[in-house]
Amino acid sequence: MSAEHGEPLTATSYITHHLTNFKVGSGFWTFHLDTLIVSGLIGLAVFVSLAVIANRATSGVPKGWQNFFEMVLSFVNQQVKDTYHGNNPLIAPLAITIFIWVFSMNAMDLVPVDFLPWAAQHATGNEHLPFKFVPTTDPNLTFAMSITVFVIMIFLNFKVKGFGGFMHEVLTVPFGAKLAPVNLLFRIIEDVAKPISLSLRLFGNMYAGEMVFILIGLVGIWQLPLALPWELFHILIITLQAFVFMMLTIVYMSMASESH
Amino acid sequence: MSINATLIGQMIWFAIFIWITMKFIWPPLQKAMADRQQQIADGLAAAERGKHDLELAAKRSADALREAKDRAAGITAEADKQARRIVEDAKDAAKVEAEKVYNAKLAELEQEAERARSALRERVAELAVAGAEKILRREVNAAAHADMLSALKQEL
Repeated sequence: MSAEHGEPLTATSYITHHLTNFKVGSGFWTFHLDTLIVSGLIGLAVFVSLAVIANRATSGVPKGWQNFFEMVLSFVNQQVKDTYHGNNPLIAPLAITIFIWVFSMNAMDLVPVDFLPWAAQHATGNEHLPFKFVPTTDPNLTFAMSITVFVIMIFLNFKVKGFGGFMHEVLTVPFGAKLAPVNLLFRIIEDVAKPISLSLRLFGNMYAGEMVFILIGLVGIWQLPLALPWELFHILIITLQAFVFMMLTIVYMSMASESH
Repeated sequence: MSINATLIGQMIWFAIFIWITMKFIWPPLQKAMADRQQQIADGLAAAERGKHDLELAAKRSADALREAKDRAAGITAEADKQARRIVEDAKDAAKVEAEKVYNAKLAELEQEAERARSALRERVAELAVAGAEKILRREVNAAAHADMLSALKQEL
């Protein structure tokens, strides 16, 4: 809690401050720079290191990071194999990207709530600068991911079933050709619900978790014994949410690739 | 919470990361893992083959050992037989030799006896003649009675 600025620091202003994004632009063309920068830097760091590790990977005895990431990636790949029975080279990399990226961004939640905002305020010299450093608490990010997944899903539908096959499925399942409009409506609701639930689940969990951290941050010195159990518990949520996002994506892809 | 252009930026990030994973991360790692799996499978197969070879070699060595034992037994039996034959032969040869020596000795002894006998006969004849001479010194003419004396000598 940086208490030395002009206006009186109340619990409300502390919370609001922590839940405000670092914005640039106006109207629709507003960019949340904190989300964009943090998620981009985390992604670049993780995926470029992974590319370097993969580039150096040997088929001999795997060591260190190669061993670790082989384990993670085989785990993800096993989920893909168990659930997705098609043969699309995009699915495994998509699932891996989602799991690793979401996990790393969620893990930002474990950094103490005031640490990165303080660093950003000092780096910019603006001590009122809002800085929301857990990118997955920004619905823009979760929606961006789920909409991308949705687009790939629709694309797969067309690719696997063909235009005719997909249209036939949309219009005849589940009630048969006579109730085509109802089928179409059901299908639209079903498919639109997928990205919405996907993104809101991740956003909601991380936002709520972050909120608890902020509230814990309010209680002064007593936050230490409180923050520790919540952090430990949060490790579970972080992993679980990354896993759920990945798993549901695989399931949606598998549904898109199989006829009903 | 407000949806704005950040969405577009995040989609771009997401696409970039999917592309990196798809292009630079997953294929090489997958290849390394598949290669390793192949190597392990090959190693296990080689181990299996080695075990099989070992079993074969053990069987072969046991066979060779048994054969060698059989042959050794055969050789021993043959040697025994041969030894017995040699002993037998030697016995036979010794018997023959002994007989020969015995016969030779016997013949020699007989000759000796014959010689002694003939010498004795000569002597007895001489003595008889000498005795007769002494008795008949005066009236007996040695020359006149030589025929009778030699006939007597023959009868002895």
